[in-house]
Amino acid sequence: MDYTILILALPLLSFLVLALAGMKMPHRVAGAIGTLSLGAVAVLSYLTAFSYFTAERTAEGTYPTLTPWNIDWLPFTQQLHIDMGIMLDPISVMMLIVISTVSLMVHIYSFGYMKGEKGFQRYYAFLSLFTFSMLGLVVATNIFQMYVFWELVGVSSYLLIGFYYTKPEAILASKKAFIVTRFADLGFLIGILIYGYYMQTFTFTPSEEQLMKAGMVLPWALGLMFVGGAGKSAMFPLHIWLPDAMEGPTPVSALIHAATMVVAGVYLVARMFPLFIGFAPSVLHWVAYIGAFTAFYAASVACAQSDIKRVLAFSTISQIGFMMVALGVCTSMNPHEGGLGYMAGMFHLFTHAMFKALLFLGAGCIIHAVHSNEMETMGGLHKYMPITHITFLIACLAIAGIPPFSGFFSKDEILTACFQFSPVIGWVMTIIAGMTAFYMFRLYYCIFWGKENKELHAAHVPHESPLNMTFPLMFLAAVTLIAGFIPFGHFVSANGESYDIHLDIQVAATSIVVALIAIGLATWMYAREKQPVAEMLARRYSGLHRAAYKRFYMDEVWMFVTKRIIFRCISTPLAWFDRHVIDQFMNFMAWCTQAFGVTVQPAQSGRIQTYTMWFLGGIILLTLVLLLF
Amino acid sequence: MQAEISLAVILIIILLADLILKAPHHKALQTLTCTLMVVQLILNLVPVNQELFGGMYNSTTMASVVKTILTAGTLLVFMQSGRWLSGEDTRHKAGEFYLLTLSTLLGMYFMVSAGSFILFYVGLELASIPMVCLIAFDKYRHHSAEAGAKFILSSMFSSALMLYGLSLVYGTCGTTYFADLPQALTGTPLQLMAMVFFFAGLGFKLSLVPFHMWTPDAYQGAPTPVSGYLSVISKGAAAFALMNILLKVFTPMTEEWGLMLSVTIVLTITIANVFAILQQDLKRFMAYSSISQAGYILLAVLAGSEQGMTALVYYIVVYIVANLAVFGVIGAVEQQTNGRVDREAYNGLYQTNPKLSFVMTLALFSLAGIPPFAGFFSKFFVFASAFHTGYWLVVFLALVNTIISLYYYLLIVKAMYITPNEHPVPAFRSSALMRTSLVVCLIGIVLLGICSGVYQWIDKF
Repeated sequence: MDYTILILALPLLSFLVLALAGMKMPHRVAGAIGTLSLGAVAVLSYLTAFSYFTAERTAEGTYPTLTPWNIDWLPFTQQLHIDMGIMLDPISVMMLIVISTVSLMVHIYSFGYMKGEKGFQRYYAFLSLFTFSMLGLVVATNIFQMYVFWELVGVSSYLLIGFYYTKPEAILASKKAFIVTRFADLGFLIGILIYGYYMQTFTFTPSEEQLMKAGMVLPWALGLMFVGGAGKSAMFPLHIWLPDAMEGPTPVSALIHAATMVVAGVYLVARMFPLFIGFAPSVLHWVAYIGAFTAFYAASVACAQSDIKRVLAFSTISQIGFMMVALGVCTSMNPHEGGLGYMAGMFHLFTHAMFKALLFLGAGCIIHAVHSNEMETMGGLHKYMPITHITFLIACLAIAGIPPFSGFFSKDEILTACFQFSPVIGWVMTIIAGMTAFYMFRLYYCIFWGKENKELHAAHVPHESPLNMTFPLMFLAAVTLIAGFIPFGHFVSANGESYDIHLDIQVAATSIVVALIAIGLATWMYAREKQPVAEMLARRYSGLHRAAYKRFYMDEVWMFVTKRIIFRCISTPLAWFDRHVIDQFMNFMAWCTQAFGVTVQPAQSGRIQTYTMWFLGGIILLTLVLLLF
Repeated sequence: MQAEISLAVILIIILLADLILKAPHHKALQTLTCTLMVVQLILNLVPVNQELFGGMYNSTTMASVVKTILTAGTLLVFMQSGRWLSGEDTRHKAGEFYLLTLSTLLGMYFMVSAGSFILFYVGLELASIPMVCLIAFDKYRHHSAEAGAKFILSSMFSSALMLYGLSLVYGTCGTTYFADLPQALTGTPLQLMAMVFFFAGLGFKLSLVPFHMWTPDAYQGAPTPVSGYLSVISKGAAAFALMNILLKVFTPMTEEWGLMLSVTIVLTITIANVFAILQQDLKRFMAYSSISQAGYILLAVLAGSEQGMTALVYYIVVYIVANLAVFGVIGAVEQQTNGRVDREAYNGLYQTNPKLSFVMTLALFSLAGIPPFAGFFSKFFVFASAFHTGYWLVVFLALVNTIISLYYYLLIVKAMYITPNEHPVPAFRSSALMRTSLVVCLIGIVLLGICSGVYQWIDKF
């Protein structure tokens, strides 16, 4: 499997080429370079997955963990060293497929979406950089490599959100995303340092002896690492950056803020899963509670948003909450007794990546057609954009959990795992699943049916997108149709054991019924030209509606905390100290240095006699120092 | 011994070529010399450990690595000197430049692989005397001639003192062989004095304070490629030789030379920084910069450990690429502007020559020790090794000085990028070899630090 290095090398190379020489290329060539290299990466990823999953299993019946490539990058001691390499195990191989597929689709789609944009080459360069970083993150052989690529992912996300750098909102959003995730990453870094300091290793699988050394601090380390994961995966209350990140180009949202980067936190928890289960089960359950609350919060906010990308953003946050819950409710490594959630979470990650990318790309087509993100400019679009309409519907059905679409299967596994853990969580998650179905179909009806904005559509007739934009939609829709039938349990499970997924009829029936009721409600409220019920509700509970629309004032809370408390009580005194004490001290030092320099300058007289004198004097002085001390 | 022999053969080939080839032959000579240097590099790529002549010559594998590094640095200098050597007044003596430089290089070879003070001294002189001719190469330029005179006088003075010190060593121990000296040395006051004298001799070559006074004058007066050569190759060899001898010979007096080095390091770095801030002339400025860099190199010597040895050699490598990049740019601009080397000439350089400014900036960043460039890592290893041995106060003072150094390195960057200038140096294109050498330096600056393999490779010896 030596060729796996190419999976990392090709996007990096394409980034370098596009970044260094891109501006001189025509748009088409730059795009082709990026897309072709990504195509090669996708092929290689499929090849890797195929040969990995068809290769022989180990004696215990699990898939082996392979490291086809690894270098010792920074050795500190014999045990403590930072490596850079490629590790293949079931979840990293799965992530390779997810990332390369979605990224390839986004590359193709962007040909149409970004056509004629200024900075087209830059866009493709950043896409390559992002793909490289994300791939490096998932194949990391150790936690430190993961961190390095984690930060790279953050940087490329920053660059892509702020792609329209002349738009002030985009700049603010990119800064917000970077600062919030960086702030969370501080936790991750501290976690890593504790991990490395106490265990003297950065590997994911420390030995018994190293684990003994860590002892009580391991839960802290894992908890802090989760803070970093919560930042990237937009868990409450660190979710505030994701809705704003929608200021970036829509394909970017599909790639980064739906399918790949935002699930990095989930992937991190899955990566450290054996340690969580073994040494910090209570931390793991906290992950579940945070995930569940986030899922609920985001779902309720999504019900009241009017910008279609914001709805999708909150839906993403909510779905990531589902994945976190799935991982968090695990109590053992055995998939038959309390370990089901691991598989379920990974399965949902996979299916969600596909249908959420589809939703975002579909939203991109719609925005492309009506030149706005607001629902009021839409309505009745099904006449104009048949392909977008059908594929969008498929994705909505999938996320709502209607069989036979992929989302049903993975969500059903998550709910089953939740019910095994505690009925309360199970019911809560089922209700949130119902809310999901509701707000997704509200979105669907408001875009494609409902009240049409005839005035606007007459002035500018919406049109279906070109093939390079609709092809990714159709491809992802096809994946969404069939992905549910992948025997996922054969590939990924907590202890590596291969087993058949079976549906829990009771759970499945309940969730279908709930979903159908929610869809029916959405149809009743939003499908028609006039929407009296929705308006009436919004009027009667205007406080709640406003609060949900304003995301329950979380941004305001953060602004209050930062502006009023942190800036005023901590930063201002610090700034004063910095300006008056530290800077002045530095200025004093600089003044001393200058003055000293001017004073001693005459010693460098240019006369050789003086030089010799200094020479001799120096020798005598040194000798005296040595003799006397 | 094969490195020395092959270098001597190359010397003879160039001497003959200089005689045989028809003038003007400066271009052909440059190509020939560079090719031969590449051959020399390839021939000596595998480090060897060899002892000859009853211990008179003792080349460890580390010394062998150092020789390869010095050769590579010299090759870079040769690549950068083409434009200067094709001038009206220099083209007829291009051969001499290569010959003299290679003679000094041969001297340094002997310096680093000597097994006795006798051979060491011969090597040192071989490395010094041709250097005078090099510094005074543009002898009709007043500055160059003056610099040559100053250098030869100071050099003679320091050699005499050093020889005096060595004679004291021989007088008290009865031997000059490195292998036998540690048993004979006891650390009497006389021997202490001998050590200081010896140290002053090498301190002259390394331009440590207070033996540094000749440096700014010599760097300013000498042709730019020679200044570059003087600042990196000559220093690298001297630093390695110093560490080698202090470790091997003056082992019984470790505590004493630790104190001696501590004092010198603090003085060197501080004084050099203080002077560097006031300089307007870039070559003079680089002279002070190189003095302070020598102080940092000495930190590795101070560590006196295996780790310190590795850090020293690594520092030399990194220092060579960064400093030669700076001197390359200075040389290129100098050739273009009829010899302007003041800082004002660089105002607004970025507008007209962005690539050159970029190289210069990265090189200065590396010299200042800004991560992620190589200079940061080399400084880090040097500091770490000295810290491990327990000289934390010296390390702290050196750290404070790095902050000061940042200021004056950035002054040049500021001049290139920020300071407005209505008539910046017009855009120009340097010779192919010059560009190649700058690219090599750039790659070195960027990659030497990130690829940890380099440090580990040196660490093996």
